[in-house]
Amino acid sequence: MNVPAPTPEIQLRTSPHFHTSRSVSMIMRNVVYALLPICAFSVWLFGISALASLAAGAASCVLTEYVACRMAGRPASVGDFSAVITGLLLALTLPPGFPLWMTAVGGVIAVGLGKMLFGGLGFNVFNPALVGRAFLQAAFPIAITTYTPAMAVNRFVEFIPATLTLPFTRPPELAEWIQRVRVDAFSSATPLMMQKFDHVTTEVLPLFLGKVAGSAGETSAGLILLCGAYLIVRKFMDWRIPAAMLSSAFLVGAAFHLAAPAQYPNPLFVLFSGGLMLGAMFMATDMVASPVTPLGVWIYGALMGLITVVIRFLGGLPEGVMYAILLGNAVSPMIDNLTQPRIYGARKKEKAKA
Amino acid sequence: MAHVHGQELPASTAENMEAFFNGLWNQNPVFVQVLGMCPTLAVTNSVRNALAMGLATTFVLVCSNTLISMVRKLVPKQVRIATYILIIATFVTIVDYLIKAISIPVYKALGAFIALIVVNCIILGRAEAYASKNPVGKSMLDGLGMGLGFAFALTCLGGVREILGAGSFLGIHLFGANFQPWVLFLLPPGGFLTLAAWLLIFSSWKARPRKKAEALEEIAA
Repeated sequence: MNVPAPTPEIQLRTSPHFHTSRSVSMIMRNVVYALLPICAFSVWLFGISALASLAAGAASCVLTEYVACRMAGRPASVGDFSAVITGLLLALTLPPGFPLWMTAVGGVIAVGLGKMLFGGLGFNVFNPALVGRAFLQAAFPIAITTYTPAMAVNRFVEFIPATLTLPFTRPPELAEWIQRVRVDAFSSATPLMMQKFDHVTTEVLPLFLGKVAGSAGETSAGLILLCGAYLIVRKFMDWRIPAAMLSSAFLVGAAFHLAAPAQYPNPLFVLFSGGLMLGAMFMATDMVASPVTPLGVWIYGALMGLITVVIRFLGGLPEGVMYAILLGNAVSPMIDNLTQPRIYGARKKEKAKA
Repeated sequence: MAHVHGQELPASTAENMEAFFNGLWNQNPVFVQVLGMCPTLAVTNSVRNALAMGLATTFVLVCSNTLISMVRKLVPKQVRIATYILIIATFVTIVDYLIKAISIPVYKALGAFIALIVVNCIILGRAEAYASKNPVGKSMLDGLGMGLGFAFALTCLGGVREILGAGSFLGIHLFGANFQPWVLFLLPPGGFLTLAAWLLIFSSWKARPRKKAEALEEIAA
């Protein structure tokens, strides 16, 4: 009895009746557009090494996604741009001279372990790029904290020596090379390292403009703000998350600074240094790994800002954004559970029955 | 198990082989039963430690299985667990002193985990599930199979972790001086990741014949 049902003249459907034209690939494509100026700036700042790193990150992520889809017997989801974003974000959070083979390892871990093993886009518990970075931080702790100065001479014709390290070998010592290519007034220590280990606080303006050492894409707070603003204006991202995370980091930083001004830097430094801006704009806002309730989003952001500052000021590491966001991702389902909004029409204290 | 009016017949060779290979492969304590996770994750940061732990456990398992099987009809049901623990603890004490006598570095590396063999769930599990119900010969072979299966699994983990984490196997450097060690694999997360990878490989391997049969059935239908 396989007679097809006749198509009715009037189609009966349940709501929603209106759909926006927004697809996953369209949103992701716009995130890529927003990341492109940051990528371009990092290439201008650190040269072809940063370009190679970005290419290696994106290529390894896309390839891993393709292979994982093939192995799982699913249609390839490479076309939705999410793997490209993961690759670019991963490379942007790594030092510009990070060995390419390690970047590729990070890409494989990010997409393979952080995303595809959970079931692909939409099921990842953590931001995939940060899973990859956390793996790299634990596996290669020295390489990932070896920074090179910005605006080095010959940066458009010469790779940073560590970039082209052969797979499975140790990157070379960079001290000599840095002495040779360094332009005066550009240090290879990041502002956060200088603050933590030498108690030298960098001025806010250079941090805003971004001509300082650091991970490839995190240096210019101003540019990242601008690119993030594009996504917020086009409503591709929840503005509450960066707002909550940044204001919480600012307030906690201010509290520390007021308590001991000699020991802790001013809150503006906290806000514009390190990966806080990039993390708050592009990683904490991962649509899958963040809460969905309006109140939950504020709690989530505030928690990440707090953890960031606590790790920076009280922990052994100069930077804590990565762990803050991963921890935030880990608790976001719980935050969602605790902040379920009142069902329309239900009385206030009555709990909704599942 | 062959019984004729309560009297046991000697087990056939096939049965003995099955008792042995069951632990080594089909019911591998780590890769299939996922038991004994504590030593599996904690002491597999080098092949040497993994082997030492595996062999120590094998020794305890063989001895305790044999002895428990011998006394299985004498022990009242109510106090059997206490008896098993006592027997196991005796052999663990022997192993503890043996390792201390043979190699102090290994003894220090394994630390508390030697004493903790007492509470290794593989050993108590085999005592309760096998040795207390089976004749001596088969129980011994079961202990040997399970123990060697455990040692095999631990060496698999230790091998990957030592090669990636230190660039060596059994302390022999495999790559040049320029090798970049993956520090992560010597740390606890490396243990979890390596175990997960091996479990993935092992279970997909075991699923293969089943998948093939399913595919054939589909074609037939």
